[in-house]
Amino acid sequence: MGFVDHLPVLPVLVPLLAAPLCVLLESGSRAWWAAVFAAWLSLAAASALLWQVSNSGAVSYALGGWAAPWGIEYRVDLLAGYVLLIVASIAALVLSYARLSVAQEIPCERAAQFYAAFLLVLAGFSGIAVTGDAFNLFVFLEISSLASYTLISMGKDRRALSASFQYLIMGSIGATFILIGVGFLYMMTGTLNMQDLAARLPAVFETRTVRAGFAFLTVGIGLKLALFPLHLWLPNAYAYAPSTVSAFLSATATKVAVYALLRFLIVVFGVEFSFEEMPADVLFLVLGLAGMLSASLVAVFQDNVKRMLAYSSVAQVGYMVLGISLASATGLTSAVLHLFNHALMKGALFLALGAVVYRVGAVQIRDFAGLGRRMPWTMAAFVIGGLSLVGVPPTAGFVSKWYLVLATLEKGWWPVAGLVLLGSVIALVYVWRVVEAAYFAQPRADVTALREAPPSLLVPIWILVGANLYFGLRTDLTAGIARRAVSTLIGGAP
Amino acid sequence: MLDLTPALPLYLGALFAGITRGWLRAVVMLAAPIVGAAGLLGLESGFSVTTDLMGYTLTPVRVDALSLWFGYLFHLAALIAVVYALHVKDPLQDSAALAYAGSAAGAVFAGDLLTLFVYWELLALTSAVLIFARRSERALHAGIRYLVMQIASGVLLLAGALLFAGSGGGLAFGPIGLDAPGGWLIFLAFGIKSAFPLLHNWLTDAYPEATPSGTVFLSAFTTKVAIYALARGFAGTELLVYIGALMTCFPIFYAVIENDLRRVLAYSLINQLGFMVVGIGIGTQLALSGAVAHAFTDVIFKGLLMMSMGAVLYVTGESRGSELGGLYKKMPRTTVLCIVGAASISAFPLFSGFVSKSMVMSAVLQEGYQGVWLVLLFASAGVFHHAGIKIPFFAFFAHDSRFVATAHEPPANMLIAMSVAALLCMAIGSFPQVFYALLPFAVSYTPYDVTHVLAQMQLLAFSALAFTWLRLSGIYPAELKSVNLDAEWVYRRLLPEAARRFLQSAAPLDRRLRRQGQALMRRGVRALARHHGSHGVLARTWPTGSMVLWVASLLGLSLVLYYM
Repeated sequence: MGFVDHLPVLPVLVPLLAAPLCVLLESGSRAWWAAVFAAWLSLAAASALLWQVSNSGAVSYALGGWAAPWGIEYRVDLLAGYVLLIVASIAALVLSYARLSVAQEIPCERAAQFYAAFLLVLAGFSGIAVTGDAFNLFVFLEISSLASYTLISMGKDRRALSASFQYLIMGSIGATFILIGVGFLYMMTGTLNMQDLAARLPAVFETRTVRAGFAFLTVGIGLKLALFPLHLWLPNAYAYAPSTVSAFLSATATKVAVYALLRFLIVVFGVEFSFEEMPADVLFLVLGLAGMLSASLVAVFQDNVKRMLAYSSVAQVGYMVLGISLASATGLTSAVLHLFNHALMKGALFLALGAVVYRVGAVQIRDFAGLGRRMPWTMAAFVIGGLSLVGVPPTAGFVSKWYLVLATLEKGWWPVAGLVLLGSVIALVYVWRVVEAAYFAQPRADVTALREAPPSLLVPIWILVGANLYFGLRTDLTAGIARRAVSTLIGGAP
Repeated sequence: MLDLTPALPLYLGALFAGITRGWLRAVVMLAAPIVGAAGLLGLESGFSVTTDLMGYTLTPVRVDALSLWFGYLFHLAALIAVVYALHVKDPLQDSAALAYAGSAAGAVFAGDLLTLFVYWELLALTSAVLIFARRSERALHAGIRYLVMQIASGVLLLAGALLFAGSGGGLAFGPIGLDAPGGWLIFLAFGIKSAFPLLHNWLTDAYPEATPSGTVFLSAFTTKVAIYALARGFAGTELLVYIGALMTCFPIFYAVIENDLRRVLAYSLINQLGFMVVGIGIGTQLALSGAVAHAFTDVIFKGLLMMSMGAVLYVTGESRGSELGGLYKKMPRTTVLCIVGAASISAFPLFSGFVSKSMVMSAVLQEGYQGVWLVLLFASAGVFHHAGIKIPFFAFFAHDSRFVATAHEPPANMLIAMSVAALLCMAIGSFPQVFYALLPFAVSYTPYDVTHVLAQMQLLAFSALAFTWLRLSGIYPAELKSVNLDAEWVYRRLLPEAARRFLQSAAPLDRRLRRQGQALMRRGVRALARHHGSHGVLARTWPTGSMVLWVASLLGLSLVLYYM
């Protein structure tokens, strides 16, 4: 087997092996170099993989040489490659950004462990994306979750500990549910391979066990993706985590969970079972809409900008779930597209907040007074990221909103389209609160000493901002892949 | 590079002009139009760039003979105006001027309505800066009124374009016609920018309020882009013949009684646009050639006249006819150059206006519009009267004004720019066949035959006679320090007054409504805050137990739903 044949396993293997290396290196800066190197290496592998999959179709990789139904299969199709690219590129950018921010927020003796945990999260997320095995997915979910509890608990604020603890409990319940769900499926079919499950399940669809498994899986994954009202762990976890962790998790964690949901709903159970026999679409429609509106409204009233963005993430997950609930090609495309675009905008926004934390030390709205003049580049990035969040052309956010509205109109659901637009207006309100403080409020006396964030923070932020604008204008890469991924996923089905 | 837009050099110039200082900026300013024009040399007719945006095909660049003609014209005009403005030490003005010229050039190369709209709005914004750059209270207000009209034009264009595209017409910018869906909206949008009667007030209102060099830029671009757009979209629309005829006439009366000489020129600009609009309305090969040829010569000679008045304004700080006079003693060169411009606009044989205007006139006769022809004849006499005689006479001759003692020639760069324009005027007038050969439409036309020259000379001679006689007999309206009311009175006085009255009577009702509305909103926000506020039910940090309760209940609900 040549090097290229091992490509599917590289994005998982590289960070997984680099993680213990970071611990061994001990010093924070050396560990940082190792982590950045590993992240960029897995980004390179992920890009190569996506390119390969995009050109010559899905790749299957038998781990340890054990053939599919018995051994663990890594199966990279277009959607997996796409999610892998999101995860790897955000990780590479956030890690490149991390050095100064981490040096300030994490005690130096823990920095090496921080990077190790970070790489484990990356390995876990990549693993979820590439694996074709239901149980293996649970394992990677646990790897990433356990590592992310650690990361969150390292936040400077003492509330980070309790937030992390809550997340630990909720996350474990979610994982348990998923495990129970997978167990039920195994009980009925005797297989864990997703392709195999998809082939064997239709015979036993009518059994209560499978239906209970379906319920456990959707609720468990719903917990992971912060589906309203299972999102309660998320705001605190994101708000009190270190800046880089908030940026990384907000841009990738929920995305990977949405991906896992798509895998189970569409590949394992199939569109017909999930949306026609089971009323999952109604459930998701209602919860998605409720999350979209309620979380947006809560965000409006938040004074901690990080917490505000966290609620906004819950709302954005609502958009994705809404797209899935439409159960049409366009709706799924909009959800898959929003995975990517939301990663770009939330990544840019949280990184910009990280720069504010780096200079100001706090992210209450009142701390933003006068920052428009003091940190022009950071705030400009925040404004563009915010516009993308609202969905103003020519930003990436506009494109995914456009597809979502298109998908709702396709079904003739005018009121839902109206609610989506209403959600955008509410987003405008909370973004505007920050803009108003930064550009129009009377600056506090001590703000004059502030300087712009250093270039090592600004460059990754602006790469993401540039991506927001680029993918707002060039939709053939994102929307094209999303459409193709969805059409291969649902095959001939509607 | 030019795939993006042929206007790229001008935009880059605008960028660099904003950040450089001193001689470096002068180099940048001069280089931008020259490099831009050189770039046009490399463009072949028929070249175009297309790109896809959300399922629509956009054509950011489309090159054909017509767009190349205007492209060269705009680069030439930009170069002359830049030379004229070299002494200006205002990066804002310089940068805006180049960006403005770039938007004009970009607009004529736009191959679809959406791209056209983008440049259309850029034209509005960048040109408004040139008005604001005068930095006076009057200029600020005039600039805002100007901007409102320009943006309105853009909005109409966008609405029209969407209707047009929505009905399956596609976004491509070709012949549109009034019958097309959205055609009227687009027509109105173009009409505002080409100063149709009653839509023209932004021009006479704002142009005289811009800076001396700013007006030179303004008079060259916005209206000519509109003429280009009309020629492309509405050639042969008969309505345009009558609109154009009206445009040639009505400004004359205002121009005769107007005191501010730069405003006189603004009125005469509308008058000249009228000739082009008539040409477009007729739509034959000859008429269209006449229209675009006249657009070319007009940019040069109107620019020359604006420059000479700008020079007077620059030297004396005054542009009202009643206050000026006798300046020929101290500004002989400017006087001669101004007279060249005046001769060109009056269409003296051997000057540029003659060779282009007579094409339109001949086309009008050929198509049998005798009445319109007479109107245009009258307008031509009027042009000579107010632009050909009045401008040089009141500025440089008439009575000696208080400025004669202190006046002097303007800076060398202004003189050079004016000389270049004057030379072009005479060259085009003297060698019309060379000029015709360059036209985007093939025509064979000889302006210098006996009938034309004789008719024109008679017209000019009698017009001059009338002016002299009116002056001597004291009937001619004296140059008074006054403000003339135009149709803008409707929106500057009548409508605000009416609105004020209406509001006064409706105020109590309105107040009550608002108070109720506010109370309602307050109550709504309070209710929202109760649930969503930072300590509201939905935003609180929940104990872990209740989170788990939610999970359990959702699981229960799903199980029930799935078992059913």
